[in-house]
Amino acid sequence: MAENLFKVDVKRARIDRLMRGLCWAGLAVALVPLLSLLFMVITRGWHRLDLDFFMHLPRPVGIPGGGMSNALVGSIELVAIASVIGMPIGVLAGIFLAEYGDNRFAKTVRFYADVLSGVPSIVTGIFAYQLVVKPMHGFSGLAGGFALSLMMIPLIARITEEVVRLVPTGLREAALALGVPRWRSIVSVVVRTAMSGIATGLLLAATRVASETAPLLFTAFNNQFWPSGLNQPTASLTVQIFTYAISPYQEWQDVAWTGALVLLMMVLLASLASRLTVSKNRQIQL
Amino acid sequence: MSSTVTTPETSPGSAPAPSFGNNLKASRSALPSGDRVFEGLVAGAAGVIPLLAAAMLLLLAVASWTCFQEQGFGFFTTQDWDPVKEHFGMLAFAYGTLASSAIALLTAGPIGVGIALAITEFTKPKYREIAAWVVETLSAIPSVIFGLWGMFVMAPFMRAHIEPLLVHIPGPFFREAGTGLSLLTAGLVVGIMILPTVMAVCREVFNAIPISMRESALALGSTRWEAVRLAVLAPSTPGIIGALILGMGRALGETMAVTMVIGNRAEISTNLLAPSDSLASAIANQFAEAASPGHLSALAALGFVLFLITMLLNMAARLLVWAVANRVRH
Repeated sequence: MAENLFKVDVKRARIDRLMRGLCWAGLAVALVPLLSLLFMVITRGWHRLDLDFFMHLPRPVGIPGGGMSNALVGSIELVAIASVIGMPIGVLAGIFLAEYGDNRFAKTVRFYADVLSGVPSIVTGIFAYQLVVKPMHGFSGLAGGFALSLMMIPLIARITEEVVRLVPTGLREAALALGVPRWRSIVSVVVRTAMSGIATGLLLAATRVASETAPLLFTAFNNQFWPSGLNQPTASLTVQIFTYAISPYQEWQDVAWTGALVLLMMVLLASLASRLTVSKNRQIQL
Repeated sequence: MSSTVTTPETSPGSAPAPSFGNNLKASRSALPSGDRVFEGLVAGAAGVIPLLAAAMLLLLAVASWTCFQEQGFGFFTTQDWDPVKEHFGMLAFAYGTLASSAIALLTAGPIGVGIALAITEFTKPKYREIAAWVVETLSAIPSVIFGLWGMFVMAPFMRAHIEPLLVHIPGPFFREAGTGLSLLTAGLVVGIMILPTVMAVCREVFNAIPISMRESALALGSTRWEAVRLAVLAPSTPGIIGALILGMGRALGETMAVTMVIGNRAEISTNLLAPSDSLASAIANQFAEAASPGHLSALAALGFVLFLITMLLNMAARLLVWAVANRVRH
């Protein structure tokens, strides 16, 4: 009898150890592709990471020294356009959700923000195509930036709402008790307190859209030269990586890896920066 | 709307009066108007969001109208995709999307739940940070880089090492080895990509469960795994399903990585080692080059279908995750 009970306990302990081990094994399984990806991007991208890459336009196969300078500038341009459209709307909407967000309308907005952020990015591209490319009769940087801004708005709105909500109610009450109108208390006290959090959100959103490819394929399209205006097809780092990766030429594929390395470094640096500011904020709150 | 500082006695347009009390009144009545402007501004910005969603739905429906009219119901039930003859059927693409997403979910689901458990239940805060970093880095990597890695690292690896093993398994799924660019490779790459989503939502759900529930299970003499099974996994089942649905939504719409590794051949085959094509990658490959209005409309229709599916999935997932959070709170 006692022996049987003991056996059951041993079995339970074994299952316990097995299941806990499996959970940890999951993490190990996730690490393998991550490390392989980082390793390959660094080793294969490294040897074309030279000044030519940053200074030169793409060159035809056979002519050495081609770069992605126009794509780098194009990516910055597209993100800038997206930011001009998306950041004000996103931040203001986030402030609304946090400060005036206890009603039906705010619930609706929150719901549709979720819907919008769940929309596949390629579908966003079709929308931008119908709304901007078609009336303008051509691919353009403006259309690409617009498509990216659509992805920014719900993201920024939700992050802003979250960080503005973190501001203690006492601060709002203190401002109101001084006779300051509500909007001044929100702008000068609440938003200012949440500023670094909002800035982190903006950085995250800009990074997120900078790494998007699909919505640009048929809005900003691609361009092997410097774009001459916002109404011209505009190259971007991501689309250029894609174009070179699926090309049959070894030279171009090498440049694609270098592009991936540059893009990855930017993305990881930005996420590191946002992590640091977030942990700094936590310390202040404690 | 809620306006706590508005005073009820303000009357707009009242004549300025000499007395002190009235002066105070006048200066007070100026205050809420600034409030109203500000509230209007932020509410207007918030209103843009539902407006955009509605515009997207409407515009996609309009753009795909030609296709639905010309192709009829056959668009959903046939698999010929011929831009020259203007005959379009989405079935082959839908199959590729569903099959690759299913593979992605089968890999990312158990692993994601496992990692979330490891992080929330089985570790010290110190290691929690490291694990969170791994997952966060995974989620920050751009789709096109996953595609690049999938094309040049994962696919050759599958062709050289995995496919020769898999073909020995009897059954319809692994009939014939191919180039490595296949439904299976696409599904696995997408699985890696949706892992952070599944994991993050699961973590949120597990964290919502009070510690006291775990403690009571442990106090009754259960092992740590039994406590997790009874007090964490059981009550959060709807939330886990929600996490899987959210992951599914992301997998269905994933474009670049799939386009680069799926092989881009629109065929329905049970052989997972054969190339296939998906709704999103058909749009990505053909939209910029589509010449005829019929072809464009058919591609927009693919987008419309994708939009509706992901929207429905998202709604369902949110409801499930909310349900768990509410049930625990009450």
